[in-house]
Amino acid sequence: MAALLTRHVQNALAALGQLSRQPVATLLTVGVIAIALALPASLQLLVQGGQRMAGSWADIRDFSVYLKPGTSLGVARDLARTLAEHKGVQETRVIEADAALAEFGRDPAFGDALKALRQNPLPHTLVVRPDPEAAPAELDALKAELGARPEVDLVQLDTQWLARLAAILDVLRRGIWIAAVLLVAAVVFIVGNTIRLDIQNRRQEIEVSKLLGATDAFVRRPFLYIGFWYGALGGALALLLVVAGLLLLRGPLARLLQLYGTDFSGFGVTPGTALAVLGAGLVCGCAGAWLAVGRHLSAIEPRV
Amino acid sequence: MIRLDKVTKLYKGGHEALREVSLDINPGEMIFLTGHSGAGKSTILKLLALVERPTRGQLLVDGRNVGRMPAREIPAYRRQVGMVFQDHKLLDDRSAFDNVALPLVIAGLTRREIGKRVHAALDQVGLLAKERHAPHTLSAGEQQRVGIARAVVARPRLLIADEPTGNLDGDLSLEIMQLFRRFNEVGVTMVIATHDLALAGRINGRHVVLGQGEIRSDEAAVAAPGPAPRALGQ
Ligand SMILES: Nc1ncnc2c1ncn2[C@@H]1O[C@H](COP(=O)(O)OP(=O)(O)O)[C@@H](O)[C@H]1O
Ligand SMILES: [Mg+2]
Repeated sequence: MAALLTRHVQNALAALGQLSRQPVATLLTVGVIAIALALPASLQLLVQGGQRMAGSWADIRDFSVYLKPGTSLGVARDLARTLAEHKGVQETRVIEADAALAEFGRDPAFGDALKALRQNPLPHTLVVRPDPEAAPAELDALKAELGARPEVDLVQLDTQWLARLAAILDVLRRGIWIAAVLLVAAVVFIVGNTIRLDIQNRRQEIEVSKLLGATDAFVRRPFLYIGFWYGALGGALALLLVVAGLLLLRGPLARLLQLYGTDFSGFGVTPGTALAVLGAGLVCGCAGAWLAVGRHLSAIEPRV
Repeated sequence: MIRLDKVTKLYKGGHEALREVSLDINPGEMIFLTGHSGAGKSTILKLLALVERPTRGQLLVDGRNVGRMPAREIPAYRRQVGMVFQDHKLLDDRSAFDNVALPLVIAGLTRREIGKRVHAALDQVGLLAKERHAPHTLSAGEQQRVGIARAVVARPRLLIADEPTGNLDGDLSLEIMQLFRRFNEVGVTMVIATHDLALAGRINGRHVVLGQGEIRSDEAAVAAPGPAPRALGQ
């Protein structure tokens, strides 16, 4: 068991040594892998930033629920309490008709006109804030339900732009998935092709080893480890690229987020993202090596 | 130890390289396979290495028909067979030491054990001083000696050599054959294919002459410097 482990460690180090003997070729391959992995990871971060900004617009999602004229303040408060318990609603607030009027009164454009009124024409209004996670369809359902209440005169929410934003983010998210799948496939092919060439270059060594009694596993192992290292190094470099890119963007991004009333906390490369990038690299590297070895190694039989 | 029992070998395309060849190889023997080019010498060695399989007949090793051995068992079988090639098949990207070490690395020996055995093998072929040299920096004779060290280092039961002196001139050839002789004297069973009748005739051993895929004669030769064996006369 220990001997097997020792041998694997030796194999892994030997593969690393072999890669380091051709530093330029290795760096190019690792670089291509890193770029292919860094792309979806950084796009994912951008969408994450977009979602954060969209999140800071949550108050624009509030419903204005105008009650029927003549509805008493007590009824309005009761309704606010009831709705606050409602599923899909985060919180509610009552804007009293007098307060709304006072608000209007501060605006010079309306001030004089309102003074001419003898009676407050405004109804009490509820502000209903839906759950931030609610989908556009759920918002529409909630709007219909609120509108159906007997005390309610009118419910206002412009969901159209929200639906658009959600759709855009959806398209982006799906696009990133597709890009990620394509790029991951590209990494598998890059590693596979590199190792195919490597197998061709070491054909004599493979033939001689087989003549000397090497098992398929023995012959396969160095190439699998080379794939492993390509994946590991590519993943690590990808992570480095993402972090470096984020550092470069940090200043402008912070200002942008600040404009939208949010900040950097929790934004950036999370341990989960880091693991995903490294893991994707490893899996792609090993898979590419496995494919190449399976396809091209068994074809080499020694000839004397 | 090894028996070819009416072995026929047809290559793809239908060429009959061996026809019903029967041959017993006994432990400790030194067999020279001679005969004209195309007689089937290399084919017999390829069968012994399981690089080719018999078309008909049996190849028995310790009573087992290895001619039908499943592919996954071949590596373990080959580890018991040392091979020397005309073009020596050394790997040029590594030292003489590493070339000789390869069979032991494949067998999974420890680094210590490998070092000891490789040094012993290089010492036996007189190349201990050149263990760090890459094969292409060595002379043709030295390269073949490294090849022989690699073939014996894992202490195989059988050593096969296909035209081991094909690229060497007279004196060097004799040196190589005498080296084989010394390994044989310490118990290694050997089958050496050569078309160099004069050279084979100078070494004591069992001389098997092939012609057109059949055994023409099979007898023990008289040790040099005696008269050349009758069977090899023509
Ligand atoms: N791989 C092969 N495919 C087809 N014919 C072959 C192959 N190898 C050898 N032969 C033929 O088989 C015959 C015996 O070849 P070989 O055993 O190499 O003879 P030798 O080593 O005695 O010169 C020759 O006629 C040769 O052309
Ligand atoms: Mg031949």
